[in-house]
Amino acid sequence: MDMHRRNVLRGAGAAGAIVAAAAAGLVKPGVAFAAPPNKAAAEAKSTADAMKALGVSGAAETKDIVIKAPDIAENGAVVPIEIESKIPNTESIAVFVDKNPFPYVGTFDVSKGGVPFVALRVKVGESSPVRVVAMAGGKPYTTAKEVKVTIGGCGG
Amino acid sequence: MNRREFLEVLAIASAAGLALDSRTALAQGAADALYTVPKFGNVSLLHFTDCHAQLLPIYFREPSVNIGVGEARGKPPHLVGEHLLKWFKIRPGTREAHAFTYLDFTKAAETYGKVGGFAHLATLVKRLRAERPGALLLDSGDTWQGSGISLWTRGADMIEAQKALGVDVMTGHWEFTYGAERVQQAVKNELGAMEFVAHNVKTQDFNDPVFKGYTLKNVNGVPVAVVGQAFPYTPIANPRHFVPDWTFGIQEDDLQKLVNEARAKGAQVVVLLSHNGMDVDLKLASRVTGVDAILGGHTHDGVPQPTLVGNAGGRTLVTNAGSNGKFLAVLDLDVKGGKVADFRYRLLPVFSNLLPADPAVDAVVKKIRAPHEAKLGEKLATTQGLLYRRGNFNGTFDQLILDALMAVKGAEIAFSPGFRWGTSILPGQAITREHVLDQTATTYSYSTLSEISGADIKLILEDVCDNLFNPDPYLQQGGDMVRVGGLDYTCAPNAKMGDRIRDMRLHGKPIEAAKKYKVAGWAPVAEGASGEPVWDVVETYLKDRKTIPVLEPKQPKLVGVEGNPGLSPA
Repeated sequence: MDMHRRNVLRGAGAAGAIVAAAAAGLVKPGVAFAAPPNKAAAEAKSTADAMKALGVSGAAETKDIVIKAPDIAENGAVVPIEIESKIPNTESIAVFVDKNPFPYVGTFDVSKGGVPFVALRVKVGESSPVRVVAMAGGKPYTTAKEVKVTIGGCGG
Repeated sequence: MNRREFLEVLAIASAAGLALDSRTALAQGAADALYTVPKFGNVSLLHFTDCHAQLLPIYFREPSVNIGVGEARGKPPHLVGEHLLKWFKIRPGTREAHAFTYLDFTKAAETYGKVGGFAHLATLVKRLRAERPGALLLDSGDTWQGSGISLWTRGADMIEAQKALGVDVMTGHWEFTYGAERVQQAVKNELGAMEFVAHNVKTQDFNDPVFKGYTLKNVNGVPVAVVGQAFPYTPIANPRHFVPDWTFGIQEDDLQKLVNEARAKGAQVVVLLSHNGMDVDLKLASRVTGVDAILGGHTHDGVPQPTLVGNAGGRTLVTNAGSNGKFLAVLDLDVKGGKVADFRYRLLPVFSNLLPADPAVDAVVKKIRAPHEAKLGEKLATTQGLLYRRGNFNGTFDQLILDALMAVKGAEIAFSPGFRWGTSILPGQAITREHVLDQTATTYSYSTLSEISGADIKLILEDVCDNLFNPDPYLQQGGDMVRVGGLDYTCAPNAKMGDRIRDMRLHGKPIEAAKKYKVAGWAPVAEGASGEPVWDVVETYLKDRKTIPVLEPKQPKLVGVEGNPGLSPA
């Protein structure tokens, strides 16, 4: 084990999960986190309202966005999620946890020619779909992956 | 001496008027009938799982309730009693019928005797190995936990026993409840020639593998890869604070990569040594290619024959080899032209009376037990009924623990985890301290007493029930339903989460959502939990009662599962 990079990461971790992911090189070059914050979306209490605030409507279901997330969260407070868009000219990736009190997590802008891949850790308060909306060629595409959160303690 | 020769000798001896010990003769005949397994192919794998640190012969009653939902309904492993016998064409009333089912358990157990025991298992392993040179002995884990001695020695007793038995490769689950440091120390320094493999245990931060993912073994000139799959939900089903820096899970992509890598390195046979549980293994087998067999454990299903699962690359055999040292599986593979052409499988029950103890392993077991015998052997009470745990809902031993928790801690309701380990005790037997530890020995067996609202009680029951009856195996955790004392309820396994638990009542009165109830329990997963060890609570109760009458285990009223072959008709 490389204890040095582990210690560096621990320091970075205090500044927040997404910063930690960036420090670990998990957010690949070509992807810049955080478009200018959208207050209305951040405060929306449903994914539908958050999308409205972001100006997204009629997102097409796609299999070309791959979400890698655990089937059952080991710790709902920090659920590791990897998202890759295989849609050409992906411009941004927005993340929502439908059942969180405030579902909108954030939007990652993809610079031209950048690899549309992000890894982050999100809080999932209760079993919920983790939803992604990718913008490509000005059009929205979406997919979701269910993450189960359980109180645990019942393994045979 | 083969069976025919033996019978000839027997005939001659009788003819000569020799006074034969009829019991010995009968045992020899039964042993020959059961343990004569014709050799097949050129690669043999011997497999056991979930022995839960049972070094001595024990009784173990198979479940009478093991309900399958969704696609699992009515298929192995969700068959009990007559349904299981019928599916696998096992004759009722036979020794094998006793091994694989709960039917007429007490009487059959008295007739056929105890099962398992490492010294007896060793005799069978040696016999099969003598016929099958080069055979590997594989252990799917839950080996270092389940007894007082294993808890007190942090699994060192079992490591010694595994080495004496000649285990080649193992993986794990309850092993991790001794903490990350203890497991790493054992794997690094104590296993000798035995290997510990687990491809799905990674560091939280950089996703680095913690253990070797697979090992390549040469069996009679054939390269065989054994990939390890630790219990994927260890940090959820057991306290996460024991392994705070590790992540587990079902990692199909990573597994596929390792299988492909092993094949590229020349492996002609790839097996997954798994602690997933059989339902998870069946789904995994349909989604990952290039695995010849999944040798599984965790759900303690004694499944006589493998299930063949088709996938994009061909087919995969899925097995589950029971628990408590009760069974030894023999998988013979015929490897031709670089791949598996054919196979034979047997799941052999280990009847201690038919297999004399192997002197070398017996000596090891005796040495391990000697310092603890007096403490373990103390008689706490006598039971008038059969005590057992295994099954989807309360067993009689659970009922005893629940009764003890409510009485000693002054609670109106009690919860006990739906663990699948724990041995059985026949009517009239003494309940010793060892028996109590066999049901309770974990590193977090604190007893608790809390005030819980009716709404939260419902939430807990729904949550655990979904981990048992979610139709997607990847969302199950392989334990049984939490055992409930005091409370009556109705359970609808096929309903959706939130609607499975109905009509909760205490002494006939409906549970009120906002009202607080006094609930006793044990084995909390939270860090920093404390409380009197549950074995002391049970011991206090047993010493007070002295005689435990026949117990009627509290069962929920089940709806929507009438005619399910995972449910006994009685």
